[in-house]
Amino acid sequence: MSWETVIGLETHVQLSTKTKLFSRASTAFGASPNTNVNLIDCGLPGVLPSVNKEAFYKAIRFGMAIDAQINQVSIFDRKNYFYADLPKGYQITQMDLPIVLGGSINIVSGETTKTINITRAHLEEDAGKSIHDEYDGYSAIDLNRAGTPLLEIVSEPEISSAKEAVAYMKAMHQLVTYLDVSDGNMAQGSLRCDANVSIRKKGDKDLGTRTEIKNINSFKFIEKAINFEIKRQIKILEKGETVTQETRLYDSSKDETRSMRSKEFANDYRYFPEPDLLPVVISDEEIKRIKDEFPELPSEKEMRYQQDFKISAYDAQIIASSKSMADFFEAAAEQTGNYNLLANWLIGEISAYLNKELIEINESKLSIANVAILINRIDDQTISGKIGKAIFEEMCISGISPDEIIESQGLKQISDDGAIEEIINSVINDNPAQVEAYRGGKDKLFGFFVGQVMKLTQGKANPKTVNAILNEKLK
Amino acid sequence: MNIQFKSIIELREMLDNKSISITELTQESFLLAKKYDELNCFVTMNEEVGQKKADAADSNNKNSSMLFGIPLAQKDLFCTENLRTTCSSKILSNFIPPYTATAVKKLEDAGSITIGKTNMDEFAMGSSNETSFFGNVHNPWKKGYVPGGSSGGSAAAVAAGIVPAATGTDTGGSIRQPAAHCGITGLKPTYGRVSRWGMIAFASSLDQAGPLARTAEDCAILLNSMSGYDSKDTTSLNSDVPDFLANINQPIDGLKIGIIKEFNLSDLDSEVQARFEESKKTYEKLGAKFIEVSLPNISASVPTYYSIAPAECSSNLSRFDGVRFGHRAKNTTDLNDLYIKSRSEGFGDEVKRRILIGTYALSAGYYDAYYKKAQQVRRLIKNDFDQVFQSVDVLMTPTSPNTAFEFGSKGTQNPVELYLEDLFTISSNLAGLPAISIPHGQVNSLPVGLQLIGNFLKEDQLLNTAHLFQKNSDFHLAQPSLEDFS
Repeated sequence: MSWETVIGLETHVQLSTKTKLFSRASTAFGASPNTNVNLIDCGLPGVLPSVNKEAFYKAIRFGMAIDAQINQVSIFDRKNYFYADLPKGYQITQMDLPIVLGGSINIVSGETTKTINITRAHLEEDAGKSIHDEYDGYSAIDLNRAGTPLLEIVSEPEISSAKEAVAYMKAMHQLVTYLDVSDGNMAQGSLRCDANVSIRKKGDKDLGTRTEIKNINSFKFIEKAINFEIKRQIKILEKGETVTQETRLYDSSKDETRSMRSKEFANDYRYFPEPDLLPVVISDEEIKRIKDEFPELPSEKEMRYQQDFKISAYDAQIIASSKSMADFFEAAAEQTGNYNLLANWLIGEISAYLNKELIEINESKLSIANVAILINRIDDQTISGKIGKAIFEEMCISGISPDEIIESQGLKQISDDGAIEEIINSVINDNPAQVEAYRGGKDKLFGFFVGQVMKLTQGKANPKTVNAILNEKLK
Repeated sequence: MNIQFKSIIELREMLDNKSISITELTQESFLLAKKYDELNCFVTMNEEVGQKKADAADSNNKNSSMLFGIPLAQKDLFCTENLRTTCSSKILSNFIPPYTATAVKKLEDAGSITIGKTNMDEFAMGSSNETSFFGNVHNPWKKGYVPGGSSGGSAAAVAAGIVPAATGTDTGGSIRQPAAHCGITGLKPTYGRVSRWGMIAFASSLDQAGPLARTAEDCAILLNSMSGYDSKDTTSLNSDVPDFLANINQPIDGLKIGIIKEFNLSDLDSEVQARFEESKKTYEKLGAKFIEVSLPNISASVPTYYSIAPAECSSNLSRFDGVRFGHRAKNTTDLNDLYIKSRSEGFGDEVKRRILIGTYALSAGYYDAYYKKAQQVRRLIKNDFDQVFQSVDVLMTPTSPNTAFEFGSKGTQNPVELYLEDLFTISSNLAGLPAISIPHGQVNSLPVGLQLIGNFLKEDQLLNTAHLFQKNSDFHLAQPSLEDFS
């Protein structure tokens, strides 16, 4: 039997507003528990929400970028359920009239590009956090996150594999960071998704029974969780049994999904329009302002980099694909003249390092100034590229300026012809047999002589000078 | 110096001509509260802080506000910083808010002195004040009789002359009906006229704060301070606030008063009818004209209200879960058990009943038939009013179908019987319109109220219409003997 996978994703994007969706408390991550909390956030009797328009502007920017319909009048609804970290006993969200309707997003999976349609994107407040393992016999509640604005983006069920799901989330990450809608930090939960997965016989029109995997917060886990779920469902179907509609959780330590609650025990959320808030009206002037202030998108950046910095299309595309990388490139370019060398380093050594550490450039110890200095020192031949790599490794660990490293470790390149000639003379004198062989036609030995010179200078000799003098001497 | 039964305007004069100090006035008010303790008007007194504020006011008397130094009582549904706020519920019986409601804050900023928090129906759910966790409030006119509700403690405190005025809230008649039963004046403003910030919500789309006082003039004085846009309540109205007192004495010659055809007054007690006919004559003498009008959908008000209000209440009261504040049950096994026990112990029967009704009305499969349908009918009722106010200035009805009744005599077997108490008052909440109740005589020695409903933001016209009635009658001056209470 041939099976087909159907996936729809609900992505939760934490918007990078300074304050919460309905209160003026800070949204800063990592504060002590219950310090970014005011009367509204803890749901005291008598308090009322008031809307943070900034969240709407960000949501609209997202909507414009995916070519969606923007509802200039949108309303909030209450989703009622009890949980200890949900202070009011209901979440304020958008049900019937979301801010963003429709639109689409392009994903690149392997060689193919695919368009995934977006059903809707709506604003809602996040809940707090329950901590179950810190106090013996008690659960603790941290409401710092309660009320943080989220944009929930619902895709159509048009994703056909775990790989496509990852591609979709990567595209989403690029978009929301580019638009400055979110910091996109998945480890801190700024970007996470629920995956609705179902299986059907190839060619069937009707969708199979779906399960929903909740709260997946890394590209790796998205792939693993969905693949596990696909296999699990196919196994059930091949036995002739039926899949139960339910919510499941992915356990990364065991690499499996397990049942959280089935549909029979699902909440009836009793949605109804939030009576404490009037419909939110976005004026034409506001729409115009958002359009005017629209940030540059990756494709536009690519073009500009090729024109302004004369870097290759390939380099421009890679640098522009990441907002943090592009920002870094542009800032560093102001402090160095060799854009090509900077681009090479960014997509070479620096990207390799970031990929290995799984961090973004702004989360590393690499400062714009230090990378620019490194490029300048290679460019002005103070150091060789090879020494540059050693310095770079040091910079990644310590964050120290390349000039300091060069100074303290005496790594300055020797470009003085006289000094290099002296060393070359001694190499030629010490290795008469090799000189003989080289002159007899063994060209490959040239590298040996270079190596010897470099060894004696601890790699600091200017390779160009070494080559030139060696060539002359070995004639 | 006797201050009992004095109006704000009278007390203002006494303070201004120094026949009494603010300290003395406040002391007197506290003494009266103690003297009539048996009425059970108050849940919590504010004696220490209130008296201190009074003493300070005497030594720094620079405020020109009408309310400067005037003792007031606040319904125990307004959050008051560092002063216990219970909503007359066990679940909040230990709750001390860290902030003050905007309406109260504005009154206090004007120099008034909060002497205490008044008893009420639990979470404002009731029409007799019998659902309070802190016991029944007696009607000052007759011991063992209800003061009406839900603002029963505020109405009784004013009627007994302990304070000249008090705050109340009105979701379906909770200011006007107790005002009527206690023989005082009570105004429910236009929805959004007064900020709801700090008012513990019952039904968010219907709740509105307003004054209870001895006269329309005193209501105007309170409303002047309470009104206005509040950025903390985005449903509050960003409209100009006129000086309600300045315009209160305009002639009403030619005023068009509508009588609602669908309210069949011939069903009412003949004495209540007679009072209503008398009052029409009073207004006719003042030059008003009566026009019969039709509001075809108004008869659906009670069922509409009892779908919407419980639905909103079921959600609004979810936050009382024993987790962050209020009553928490002991010896619970898990989170669900904590919820179930804390809420079962903390809420009274009427509150539970309305949470159940509201949960049902919002649940999947019933939402369209109940909540959504009710909202549609609500829109029709509002449209009816809009239509009618094209041809009349105010509408006139009895406030309540009958006078105050004996404790336990209504609604104990069938709660709906009590819900019908709100027949005349509910529609103005559904439509968001201002309405006032003024005393217009007595039946069997118990006060009867007359209701005037105004157009959107026309509190000034309502107060004007009410004041001219009071200028030409003395029903509002009647005082209960209170001999059974002291």
